[in-house]
Formats: sequence, C-alpha cells, structure tokens
Amino acid sequence: MSAIRYLQTEGRSFGFYALVAGLGVLILAALGGVYYMEHNGHWVSGMSNRIVWGMPHVFALFLIVAASGALNVASISSVFNKKAYKPLSRLSGLVALALLAGGLTVLVLDLGRPDRLIIAMTSYNFKSIFAWNIILYNGFFVIVAVYLWMMFERRMNKFSHKAGLAAFTWRLILTTGTGSIFGFLVSRQAYDAVIMAPMFVIMSFAFGLAFFVLVLMASYKWTERQLGDAIVDRLSNLLGVFVAAVIYFVAVYHLGNLYLAENTGVENFILFDGGIYTQLFWYGQIILGGLIPMALIYHPATKGNRSMLGLASVLIIIGGIIQLYVIIIGGQAYPMEMFPGKEILEGYGGIAQYTPSLPETVLGVSGIAVAVIAITFAVKLLPFLPESLADTNHKDCK
Amino acid sequence: MSKNLNRRDFIKTTTATTAGVATIASGITLTTFVNANESPVTDEKRWGMLIDTNKLTEADIDEMVNACQEEQGWGGETHSTGDQKPRWIKKLKVQDKTTKKITSLPLMCQHCEKPPCVDVCPTNASMKREDGIVLVDRHLCIGCRYCMMACPYDARSFAHETITDQKEHMPRGKGTVEACTMCVHRVDKGESPACAEAVDSDAVIFGDLYDANSKINQTLKKIQSSQIRADLNLNTGVRYSGI
Repeated sequence: MSAIRYLQTEGRSFGFYALVAGLGVLILAALGGVYYMEHNGHWVSGMSNRIVWGMPHVFALFLIVAASGALNVASISSVFNKKAYKPLSRLSGLVALALLAGGLTVLVLDLGRPDRLIIAMTSYNFKSIFAWNIILYNGFFVIVAVYLWMMFERRMNKFSHKAGLAAFTWRLILTTGTGSIFGFLVSRQAYDAVIMAPMFVIMSFAFGLAFFVLVLMASYKWTERQLGDAIVDRLSNLLGVFVAAVIYFVAVYHLGNLYLAENTGVENFILFDGGIYTQLFWYGQIILGGLIPMALIYHPATKGNRSMLGLASVLIIIGGIIQLYVIIIGGQAYPMEMFPGKEILEGYGGIAQYTPSLPETVLGVSGIAVAVIAITFAVKLLPFLPESLADTNHKDCK
Repeated sequence: MSKNLNRRDFIKTTTATTAGVATIASGITLTTFVNANESPVTDEKRWGMLIDTNKLTEADIDEMVNACQEEQGWGGETHSTGDQKPRWIKKLKVQDKTTKKITSLPLMCQHCEKPPCVDVCPTNASMKREDGIVLVDRHLCIGCRYCMMACPYDARSFAHETITDQKEHMPRGKGTVEACTMCVHRVDKGESPACAEAVDSDAVIFGDLYDANSKINQTLKKIQSSQIRADLNLNTGVRYSGI
C-alpha cells in the first residue's frame, strides 16, 4: 500500500463560508437563548420539577453518545488492525472530539448555575455517576488528543496502536458511564435497568458511525476528492449491523421490563398508550431510525447508492435523537410508582406535560452546530483528510 | 476541633447557630454566625417524624403546607407555572386499588439514611448531616438536577426564577435545588419543624428516633408503621402510620 497523503481542505470556497456563517448564526441564537434562560430562570423553558431534563439533555446526551461511537472507525483500524480503515483514523478521532465538545457545551449551558462550573471540576463526589462522567469526558479529550498526536507525528506512529487501545477501552467505559446515569436510577420505572449501559454503548456505535459517514461523504464531495466504493460499502455494512444491534437491545430492554409487574405501567405507556411518546417510539425510533435505514442499506434496489446511504445516516441520527427523547422525556413524564397497590388521586401522578420552548430547543440543536463547525475548521487547519480515498489506494487491503 | 472549619463543615456540625447581619458599607453586608452551642452534630441522634394519617385531617395537612411556606419562604413565586412551582411539602391523596380506601398524607423529603440524592450529586451539594437531616448546600449546587431525577419521592424543587423576600435563615437561589430541611434551623435550637408544630393533635410526632425515651421511639415500638418505597431500603427518617 502506498503511503497515505493527508491534506488540509482549502476552506476558501463560498460553500465553506456559507456553512460557517449558517452554523455561526445558529450558535449565536443558542447563546442568546442561554442568556435568556439564565437571566430569567428556567421558568421560561418548558422544563419543570417533573420534567427536570428536557430538550438540551436530549441533544447533549445524543452527542456525547455519538462522540464515543465516532471513534470506532479509528479503533477498528488500530485495535483490530483492519488496514482499510487506517486512512480514516484521524477524521474519526476528530469527529469524536467535536461531538463531545458539542454535547458538553449544551449540557453545561443548561445548568442552573453554569457559572459554577469550576465547582464541578473541583468538588467531586466519587459515588456519583455524574462525577465519574465528568472525569470520563475530560479523560476522553486527553486520550483522543494524544491518540491523534501519535497518528499525526511520524515518530510516534509506532505507539498509535497502544494509544488506540487505550482510547477504545476508555470510550467503552465512558458510554457505560453515560448509560449508567439512567441505569442506576432506582426510583424511576423507566430506568433502573443495568442493560441501559450496554444499550448506550451499542447506540453509540450506530449514531457515531452515522455521523461519521455523513461527515466523510460531505467533506469528500465538497472538496471534490475521490472517495472509493470499497471503503464506503464497508462502512455502510457496518452501519446496518449496528442499527440492527440497537433494535435488538431495545427489544430486550422492553421485553425484560414487561416481564416485571412493577414496570408494566411505564411499558404500556411507552409502547401502547403514551400518545406522543408511543408515536415517537414506533414511528420515529423504530421505523424511521431503524427499519427504514436498514432497508436502505441492505435492499438491492438502494444498496451501494451514496445518496441512499446519506439518507439512511440522517434517519439514524434523527431516530437516535428521538430515541433519547423517548428515554429521557418519556421516562420522566410517566410518574414514579410511589405507592405500589395504590393509585394517587391528588398531589402527584398523572403524565407530566412538556412543551419544549424555542430557546432550549435551539440550545440543543446548536450542539450539533458546535461539532460541525469544529470539524470544518479543524480539517482546514490540520491534515485530517487523506488526499484521496479512491479504491485503487487500498485495493490490496483486507 | 483541630482543623479550621470551612462553611460546609460549619453548617454540618454546628448544632445551634444564630445569624446576624450587619451592613458594613453601602451594598455590602457581613453575615456573622454566633454559636450558641459548640458541640458538633453527631450520629447519636437521628431526627425523624411519624405521621399518623388516621389522625390527620385534610385541613391539618393544608396547615402543615402553609406553615412550611411561611417558615421557609416559598410559594410566592410569580413566574413559575404548574409543575415549575416549588413544593417542599405537598398534600397527597391515595386510594387503595382493591379496597378503594382513600388516605391523605403530607409528602416531603423523607430524610433517608441512604439518600439517592446524596449518592448522585456530582459536587457534594446534596448532603446528609450526621443526625440524618438531608440538605442541599446552595453554594455547591450547580443546578444539574440529577438529585431530582434520583429522588423516589418527588421531594425536590428547582428554583425556576429569581427569588425575592427570602427568609434570613433559609437562603434560596435561582438555578439551584431546594427541599424540606426538616426545619434544621429550628431543630438546632431545640424546637420542632414548623409543619409538626402546625398540627394540634399528636398526628405528627417529631423527635429522635434513637432515643428510647422519646415519644417517637416509643410510639414506633407500639404501632404499625411504614416507610414509603420501603423496598428501596433507604431507611427513611419520616415514617407513616395508616397507609
């Protein structure tokens, strides 16, 4: 295999400036929304004492989960020694860092007191999964940055396998931690399931790869570089497998919950009579985000079609955001089973109402903008992208 | 005490404090605390409450809620709507699914021995005193609301707006989480929580769960009582009889 030549993007086209301007406007709008929410207090948002985590958390957790998944492409190359993926490793690390930065920005800006972030950095409760996540996120930045350096710096290339292994291990722990934020909440029937940790890991595989595929295809198309079918088809196949795995974990999670009498209420709510949440679950998460992308990826009529793969990736991302909406908002909307065997007539109970406000929604969406703008600038500043990914360059790779 | 006290240790260990506020310059106030009792809080005591729902009328529960609002200064929020309004204590009406028996009860922080809110709090803002009272340190709370996700009793509220007319003994702040403090400021002075005082009958008994001579301890030995979500094994400080 010939040496891979990496090259910065030119970043001077109208498209580049239009993209940056568009994302910039979105980020500015989000900052305005943050100021509005922090100045007035969260009463201007749709969140409440029943729906304590809202739209910002849906996007933040989606991005954090996707971040660790985006690193998979690099991991497959350096941990599992699949050389075909090697040219994509740098971009994989970059997308991972950018998505995490986007997610954390949203999470921090929605805090009741974002000005006290320093407290979150200095006063740790080591029994808190949240505190563990803070360490895991910061560690992820450091490890992936070191990993990238070893890939960039020729003298350090020989260590990139070990750094890749460390990053891969760390990302598995990180997503386990993110899933455990919910999995360890014993009080709520929708959560309190250890399977949420591995489920989040597999969700990260799918969401992260979908995002990576989009970034890869867009950047090669917009910079008019060659992107061969061999590598795209491999990624496409992998994506299909990950989506199927997500559906499998979701099925096990719900079947397991249905078996327990204490959880049948919340299961009926999500699966059958939860109004918007039931619709989002079936039409959004399962059909739009699962079955249709799988059909697009595997059906002979659409298989191998770049546009269809792009569409599948977009649907996986939308379905993923909807999945987190169902988990986070749906899980809170259903009341806690405080008095088993009794019905609460007054004072608590009933399905909590949630109407996301514009500022909190814009804040959530802006997390994606932060990630994309970071990637856009990084590929201009540093050689993340191979000059060509045409098939001939790696035809001898297995 | 060998080490210097920081604010947090001070709040956790001082059994009785009184606060004085002096204005030292325009716009700058100096808050000083004077210890009435230097002995630290220990785990020899465990403050608790026994609520007998058979003896409690709905009007009694309303009185308890009112007393809490007045004592702690919540409920006057003007912008918060619906579920955004703080509720440190609330009246619940529950019906047995089989017998259809309806019971009314007050619900507030249950002051668990193993509080999930304290476990999940990333910054140690949620804390439990040695004597079992669960509190939020408003100076450490970053407003992440994870404790509200973790609390099995829906006991905590988030200050959704700027708070005015705060009580001197109960600082509150927009963007932080708050809940029943078991009127720690009164308990440390040897008094009972405002909600317990508001009820004339012995439907609400406050006291030291460990003290064999206390009324709460003796009553709990005699009557059937329960903890809400006892299955979670949190060993709550607030106990109920009649549900």
